[in-house]
Amino acid sequence: MEMLPGIYRWIHIMAGVMWIGLLYYFNFVQVAALKAAQADSTAAGITKHVAPRALFYFRWAAVVTWLAGAALLGSNFGAAFMLQAGFHKIGIGAWLGTIMLLNVWGLIWPNQKKILGLVQATDEQKNKARRVAFLASRTNTMLSIPMLFFMVAQTHMPM
Amino acid sequence: MKNPLDSLWGTVIAGFVLTVILYYVVKSVIGG
Repeated sequence: MEMLPGIYRWIHIMAGVMWIGLLYYFNFVQVAALKAAQADSTAAGITKHVAPRALFYFRWAAVVTWLAGAALLGSNFGAAFMLQAGFHKIGIGAWLGTIMLLNVWGLIWPNQKKILGLVQATDEQKNKARRVAFLASRTNTMLSIPMLFFMVAQTHMPM
Repeated sequence: MKNPLDSLWGTVIAGFVLTVILYYVVKSVIGG
């Protein structure tokens, strides 16, 4: 039983690497690559074969990261989310991570389903979905910076 | 005004600025 927190932390970090790694792949690589691929009509390779696979691991890694983080907090879950004394830093990190998870499942994935043609959408709806998914993904990239800082700060950075 | 999130580096800079703001907010709460 005493090994459990270490195992939760291990899973939290592994899944987190996959989640944020794929988030950075989308924002640092795929957005620019798609623009270039659309110019020479090779975008289908990305939208048909790469993006759906990347999105699968992305959205489920987000869930596993959050659940392992919640398990790791254990009985301190409430104290962290209520930003109680001693839990300010991890609490901010946990809130940012939670907002990011909600962004993934509430904004990015539903809109990506329209963009990739997994659900029916008109061209106008697809254009709107592209903008919403893009801004939600960029918001998560922005939030990941303070989120990672505060996750690390809880134990490694006295303030 | 241009949305900083439209640019990759605007996004990264916004993330660092948000980190600094939250750092001082948390520090003032802990210090207070």
